[in-house]
Amino acid sequence: MRITVKLFASFRLGRFKFAEQEYQVGTDCRTIVLALGLTEAEIGVIMVNGRHAALDYVLQEGDTLSLFPLVGGG
Amino acid sequence: MNNILTFLRNRADGVMIPWTVQQEAVEQFGLSFAAVEDTALTHGLLPARYQRNRNMLSIAEQLCLFRCRIAVIGCGGLGGYIIEQAARLGVGTIIAIDPDIFEEHNLNRQLLATPAMLGQAKVDAAQLRVNEVNPAVTVIPVRAAFCTANGHELLKGVTVAVDALDSISYRLELAETCAEMQIPMVHGAIGGWYGHVATQLPGDTIVQDIYRNWVQGKGIEKDLGNPAFTPAVVASLQVAEVCKIVLGKGELLRHRKLMVDLLDMEINEIRYNEPAQVIPYPLPFCEYEPEVTAG
Repeated sequence: MRITVKLFASFRLGRFKFAEQEYQVGTDCRTIVLALGLTEAEIGVIMVNGRHAALDYVLQEGDTLSLFPLVGGG
Repeated sequence: MNNILTFLRNRADGVMIPWTVQQEAVEQFGLSFAAVEDTALTHGLLPARYQRNRNMLSIAEQLCLFRCRIAVIGCGGLGGYIIEQAARLGVGTIIAIDPDIFEEHNLNRQLLATPAMLGQAKVDAAQLRVNEVNPAVTVIPVRAAFCTANGHELLKGVTVAVDALDSISYRLELAETCAEMQIPMVHGAIGGWYGHVATQLPGDTIVQDIYRNWVQGKGIEKDLGNPAFTPAVVASLQVAEVCKIVLGKGELLRHRKLMVDLLDMEINEIRYNEPAQVIPYPLPFCEYEPEVTAG
């Protein structure tokens, strides 16, 4: 299935802003996060089609997954 | 008090009180700059230092800011700029909370950090700086780490709490304390080229929601550090929110987080769910009307 992946802030460094990628049916957000070389601890916000989602959310054909890093400094 | 009022009125330029007149009033009547400013604003006279705040802010609003008390939790990257801007804006009382001293690695970005201040408490630097910038503003320095155990004591009587912390766990404790005490909180966080801001009014849960995937540790700031400009940008957005909360004007960053990416120069907004019961805004803070000045 085709998933649009959008990356934000530091997740773009050495990766991309926007990519359409092919994944197996039943892929969840966590699988894509790990495939991108990210760790769960780095994730601040996960959105699927503009709505907040959890790491174990199972994606559907045509979904847009947006990933934002955790920011906590002051 | 009538004497001081007559003194100020006689020397006013229209409704404006020049700085030299404030100084003379302090010397002649043995008052603090805060007392002189309070007398002026209460009677519709504007200390001339605030003349460029008009007509964005009325004298009544300037008085409202002067009578309010904010807590700035963290006096590092964000906190230094927040305190500076709050003092220039005319916020009357600033509680500055931070347990740390200045270290060399603070010098690249922290407004209050100078080579001369290395080894000195950040909260003491905050007080010294504000005394120089705007002597009418009272800084209450608290050299302690904020947590739920001391939070109620530290935030007593506070109008708005401003989050300038560098720890997600302490930030969540601040959010919890603000929720319990019904205090609005302006949340800011930075890392590298990136930062975000959101406002949590009593009854809202946005800070918890922002960090709902957090388990432990720091964010991207751990690897990226922080440059000079990111804290300045995010702190400015936070102070604008503080000003609006106190004066009950404009649209707040409520139920939404504004994310700033200074590398790609993008601003994105993420929406968060509204709680079942949303407390109405504006809040009834700005209740002062200056007495009309004669002549």
